[in-house]
Amino acid sequence: MSVDKQPEFWRWDETNWVNRDIEWINSEYITLGIDIGSVSSQAVIMCDGEIYAYGNMRTGSNSPNSARNALEFALEGATMKESDIHYCIGTGYGRVNVPMADRSVTEIACHARGANFIYGPSVRTVLDVGGQDIKAIRCDEKGKVTNFLMNDKCAAGTGRGMEVLSDLLSVSIGEVGDRSFDIEVEPSPVSSACVVYAKSEATALLRQGLNTNEVLAAYCLAMAQRIWSLLERVGVEPEFAITGGMAKNRGVIDRLCKKVGLEPMKTRWDTQLAGAIGAALFGYSLCRKGKSKRR
Amino acid sequence: MLANYGYSDGSGDYFITIDTQRCNACGACVMACPSQVLVTVDEDPNDPENDGPVVVAHGDRVRKLRYECDPCKSTANTTMPICVVVCKTFAISHSW
Amino acid sequence: MITAGIDCGAKNTKTVVMRDGLIIGLGVVLTGFDQSVAVRQSLEMALLNAGVSRKHLSCIAGTGSGAKAVSEADVMVNEIKAMAEAGNYFFPSGRTIADLGAEEARTARIGEKVTIVDFAINDKCAAGTGSFIEAMGRALETPLEKMGELALLSDNSIPMNAQCTIFAESEVVGLIHAKTPREDISKAIHDSLASRIASMIRRVGMHPDMVMMGGVAYNRGLVSAVQRELGIETILIPEKPEYGAATGAAVVAANKGQ
Repeated sequence: MSVDKQPEFWRWDETNWVNRDIEWINSEYITLGIDIGSVSSQAVIMCDGEIYAYGNMRTGSNSPNSARNALEFALEGATMKESDIHYCIGTGYGRVNVPMADRSVTEIACHARGANFIYGPSVRTVLDVGGQDIKAIRCDEKGKVTNFLMNDKCAAGTGRGMEVLSDLLSVSIGEVGDRSFDIEVEPSPVSSACVVYAKSEATALLRQGLNTNEVLAAYCLAMAQRIWSLLERVGVEPEFAITGGMAKNRGVIDRLCKKVGLEPMKTRWDTQLAGAIGAALFGYSLCRKGKSKRR
Repeated sequence: MLANYGYSDGSGDYFITIDTQRCNACGACVMACPSQVLVTVDEDPNDPENDGPVVVAHGDRVRKLRYECDPCKSTANTTMPICVVVCKTFAISHSW
Repeated sequence: MITAGIDCGAKNTKTVVMRDGLIIGLGVVLTGFDQSVAVRQSLEMALLNAGVSRKHLSCIAGTGSGAKAVSEADVMVNEIKAMAEAGNYFFPSGRTIADLGAEEARTARIGEKVTIVDFAINDKCAAGTGSFIEAMGRALETPLEKMGELALLSDNSIPMNAQCTIFAESEVVGLIHAKTPREDISKAIHDSLASRIASMIRRVGMHPDMVMMGGVAYNRGLVSAVQRELGIETILIPEKPEYGAATGAAVVAANKGQ
């Protein structure tokens, strides 16, 4: 990747939101969940289990700063101050580096709990495809994990893998989905799951005369197969939800859903918040059960 | 909960599955494993509301599971890895 | 009797011409896009080198990941058979053979009369093959052929966390930014690949007479890392290790032609 060309792995807007209808001053427990991912970081503040404010922004070069920035962003325009927060849980790959966290919880547990909140208790399977990992989680009606796997060792099927290919083909990440369907016949998928091999195979396909869109389609299909093979290990039970940055790439997701045979659930919430919401909810329930003390 | 620790890459799937409902955290597998892949923890990191110890796979080892588990896999006369053999509650299985 | 073995690999296509058990000609060209062109050129080069012409060849054998493109071949040899025969040709005492190519790594244990006892192949994950070092060399801005030498300059062991080639590239960039000495980074890269290769060797069974071939065997840094990992003093390496599989194919061709 050349230095002067910025990779476009975050084509989403940084957003924040405050629910002014909540009289936070009256709430018993004000909990904060912070999710530091490889690409984006979120801070969610909940008052007795209801979302009061959130901030969603790009992860910076160090986790403590990203956590602080996300929290400040969430509190922008709010009457609440950081010192009003009773309890904080960190999650995500940078969870041990969240300075204000009272404890950390794995992203697996937080994701399931968060999905249960944003999609409702009918969600049973949660797939999260992030920048550097894939998580497949099954959970019960309470958002408790019943089966999970996480693959963060291999780039195949992750946002990073997509980024390598979009860089190779000079197509921006946001255009990949639509362009991969702008073809006459669906090509066969690239044969290797490995991103390194897929890259050389894509180059060979271009030389053989396939156009960029067809190569994109071949690659999206391989990614969908790859994700499907992981999902199969935990099994899919309806309802089915997809979170993470890849959820916005229909090139991969539409092809994946065809294999799964289920439509993904819809929500009014930003799905990127799932982990941080779960963390804040864990903070709330741990405080209530007296397992953790509020500050 | 079925906790699948490990990864999948182009060469195959390498997961150790621990059934946390069966695991009684006796620690036999932890002692038996020649590569220190397994550890007993007081609280399940993926289930913070559940009390009681449980066995999990060590975070650093998980990413190299195929190689860490090699001592139990490459000898032709072992049919099952030692952690699976010593588990009295049948809580552990390997995907490969 | 004169025979030829053609090994069409992911990166290079190699040809060995053999007369009565002696190598008399070698040819190598980049495989590139059109494998059949590479096969033809590599064969012509080896014939020229041997000073014989095509009609003198009593049998041609093809092998390698692109073996299908060897339309000239009278016989196809699978890669494991080719490496076993080559191991036996160069070092008759060799019992464990590793053939490490750009996009494939293979190990095999062989018994008497070149019977194959066990084998392992990795052609699915770049992290276990030569392309791992090539990719890391790009991140380290060091030419591939200098990577091994660079690693030999270091005595430090720094761990590489990333297993995937794609993630390891970012990790190497991070190490460069953290001002880690380049020789230490290079050693970490070689140690990382060596641990994966050693695991494949242990998988088939480690014998003290261990043969290594394939282009990666030129990399002294890797050879020494594998020795360290396996706890052995020497690894037997042919003078031109990249011609291993092609030599094995030529031997098979000679056996067929009899």
